[in-house]
Amino acid sequence: MRKQLMKGNEAIVKSAILAGCRAFYGYPITPASEITEAAAEYMPRAGGVFVQAESEVAAINMLYGGASAGVRCMTASSGPGISLMQEGVSYMAGAELPCVIADITRGGPGLGNIAAEQSDYHQVVKGGGHGNYRTIVLAPHSVQEMADLTALAFDLADRYRNPVVVLADGFIGQMMEPVEFSQSAVAPHLPDWAVAGTAASRGNLITSLFMDIDDLEAHNRNLEQKYRCAEQLEARAEEWQTDGAEIVLVGYGIVGRILKAVTAEARADGINAGVLRPITLYPFPKSSFQRVAERARVFVVVEMSNGQLIEDVRLALNGIRPVEFLGRAGGNVPSHEEVLGLVRDLARKLSQQSEPAIEQDEERLANV
Amino acid sequence: MSSELVQDYTVVQGRAKSFYERFERKPELQHQTHFCPGCGHGIVHKMLARAIDELGIQDKTILVGPVGCSVFTYYYFDVGNVQAAHGRAPAVATAMKRSRPESIVIGYQGDGDLSAIGAAEILHAANRGENITVIFVNNAIYSMTGGQAAPTTLIGQKSTTTPEGRRSLTEGYPMHVSELLATLQGPVYIERVGLGDNKQIAQANRAVRRAVENQVKGLGFSLIEVLSTCPTIWKMSAVDAQHWVRDVMEQTFPLGVFCDRTKEARPRRELEAAPSLDRIPGLLGVADQELPEAAATLSEAVQAIDLHVRVAGFGGQGVLLLGEVLAEAGLDAGLEVSWLPSYGPEMRSGTSNCHVRLSSQTIDSPLVTSPGILVAMNEPSLRKFDKSVRPGGWVIYNGEEFPPDCVREDVRVLALPFTQVAHDLGDARACNMVMLGALLEIAKGLPQASIDAALGRLIKNTKWLALDERALTRGRELFRGSFPEV
Repeated sequence: MRKQLMKGNEAIVKSAILAGCRAFYGYPITPASEITEAAAEYMPRAGGVFVQAESEVAAINMLYGGASAGVRCMTASSGPGISLMQEGVSYMAGAELPCVIADITRGGPGLGNIAAEQSDYHQVVKGGGHGNYRTIVLAPHSVQEMADLTALAFDLADRYRNPVVVLADGFIGQMMEPVEFSQSAVAPHLPDWAVAGTAASRGNLITSLFMDIDDLEAHNRNLEQKYRCAEQLEARAEEWQTDGAEIVLVGYGIVGRILKAVTAEARADGINAGVLRPITLYPFPKSSFQRVAERARVFVVVEMSNGQLIEDVRLALNGIRPVEFLGRAGGNVPSHEEVLGLVRDLARKLSQQSEPAIEQDEERLANV
Repeated sequence: MSSELVQDYTVVQGRAKSFYERFERKPELQHQTHFCPGCGHGIVHKMLARAIDELGIQDKTILVGPVGCSVFTYYYFDVGNVQAAHGRAPAVATAMKRSRPESIVIGYQGDGDLSAIGAAEILHAANRGENITVIFVNNAIYSMTGGQAAPTTLIGQKSTTTPEGRRSLTEGYPMHVSELLATLQGPVYIERVGLGDNKQIAQANRAVRRAVENQVKGLGFSLIEVLSTCPTIWKMSAVDAQHWVRDVMEQTFPLGVFCDRTKEARPRRELEAAPSLDRIPGLLGVADQELPEAAATLSEAVQAIDLHVRVAGFGGQGVLLLGEVLAEAGLDAGLEVSWLPSYGPEMRSGTSNCHVRLSSQTIDSPLVTSPGILVAMNEPSLRKFDKSVRPGGWVIYNGEEFPPDCVREDVRVLALPFTQVAHDLGDARACNMVMLGALLEIAKGLPQASIDAALGRLIKNTKWLALDERALTRGRELFRGSFPEV
């Protein structure tokens, strides 16, 4: 396949259409607007539907309708718009409707600013809407992954009948890199549970309402089982030079890229560093952390937020290794130099300490 | 009723076919509805079910239910059922109809659902003229939640949240949804009907059928507002409630047709026929056969390239394009590349900058925080980034005089009035390409053929292409004139 230079935001739309997406409902917001614009251009060409909704609230409810009709559909927004969509995400999770939502994050809270921040982690990964539900969250760190993970998102959404979020920052959305696409388009198919205005689907019902308390509990248990299944099967992470790494840098999205550059330089200095980059933020790749923790002496979480991902890292490690943190906010990016400085400090401290008694930890590790 | 008795009667109007015979989705009392005695919903449900029967559209019908007393439309209607969030039925219905234009999509909403929380959704669905049917049941109160005031509550009407009666001073006026929507150009049919007496009910029946039929004909958006009864919350008998609709509600909400464009409406265009799947990569511009092929093997000179470039200037100076040509040329030459712009309001005014990386290795970070080459197209940009240039790096500066306080011993500088040079070549706006020409003398390994290919792909105007090519050549010459040894 040949590569071409393309913005991440445009790659998302092209990959979505190749994956069989035939409806896009959106509302403009920086830095996600190029996705809506590209959808306006390409979706009708593919015989799909494009509507610029009156609000993010309407957009996500249009997804609810499109998904109910059995169409692979998507929307894109950023922090403030995602906040507004949370109602609909909860309904879709409750009604078990698949959809793909791209969140190209910006600075918050409130109007914040339009610079890239990673402060949507909590509202997206933990589920900002009401009820016992989860969304599957994929975090690309390159334009190629914007394309690849969007295609994966549609498959996961259908497999789990659940909303899937592609969580990227403004940098990944706005930057251009060479990207290649699948040369075969997926045929849209009609799921048997959809309400499509046909005799065959007449008996179908899409609802998140369960008046009977036992019915609703059973429904919640079913959802829970689905999430457990996703946790077993779908967690993904990139382990980059983590073999024998003592200092493990952790970050997603654009931060993952910075960490790789830092690692290259740290290794040139003789520091045993590596990068563990979660690709799925939910399900969280716990087992990767536990595996890497066997040899690691310290984890360093780097985020463009005041510390949100770090909570999941701590849960995954359950206290068996120290976790350091470096966070910038407001649209500031943790610089290569800042992170490298921290890594050098930690390396110096580690060299003054004796090796930890790893064996003692193994029991605790097994219990995580 | 025993079977012997039935034989004595001729059943003129039995259960509509579009109702389930037994309400099996209902947890208990599956032979009767959940509505209170005297409630208007039962009557409106019947009208709708009968219209579906008469028009022969049961299989095609999708009913989008609301939140409110009529939340359980799916208990009763034997059609495709979707239950929407509070107020959002018009958005849900919009998407269903757009993707399934052959279906008949009917939204059913109460007055709290439609006129309060869902005001935006109904307004915009109507304004877009979505080809859907909306049945709007207005009983001037929130019934299911226990009798709170709605936008449609009458002046003086008591509710649990207007215990002294609605006052215009604090709660505003009853909202006239039909009149409001009729001011839009999108809808084709809007009528308000009532359940106040048999004559009104007969008219309501005709209106509901007409609104569904409009959709069957593909004419566009129709809404029927039904003034309906709520004896329970109104604390009236069923008969008094019916009288109240006719004698009191109708004073505030006059019945009638508010919009009828059915005569001039034309059947709406449906979706474009979907292209065959094999055409889709081509339609998206990602088909291999239409893309240029990158160099398969890298010469030693190309392999040695490892550029960290920051380009900065005013918006409109072509900062981003300079970077893009460089990245595109790198891709053509078979290198890994990245191009990262500053974005947002900066695009519209003020300064603009981009980060460009070219390398034969995988590019770790696309952020260029310590550039090997800084292209500064004005003084503020120079001052913003000059300290970040890595030792041994280059600054290409657009200005005759390099500010003395920016001089660094470990950085080489090419400072020239590039704007003037471009102006002399034919257009000052080609300044970016003159500067790129100079940059390409530093990045010597990049083949001219790749640069030509990049220009050809990005500059579509032949006049500009010729000028840009001259500008690049001039930039190269100027660099060599200043640094013959490099």
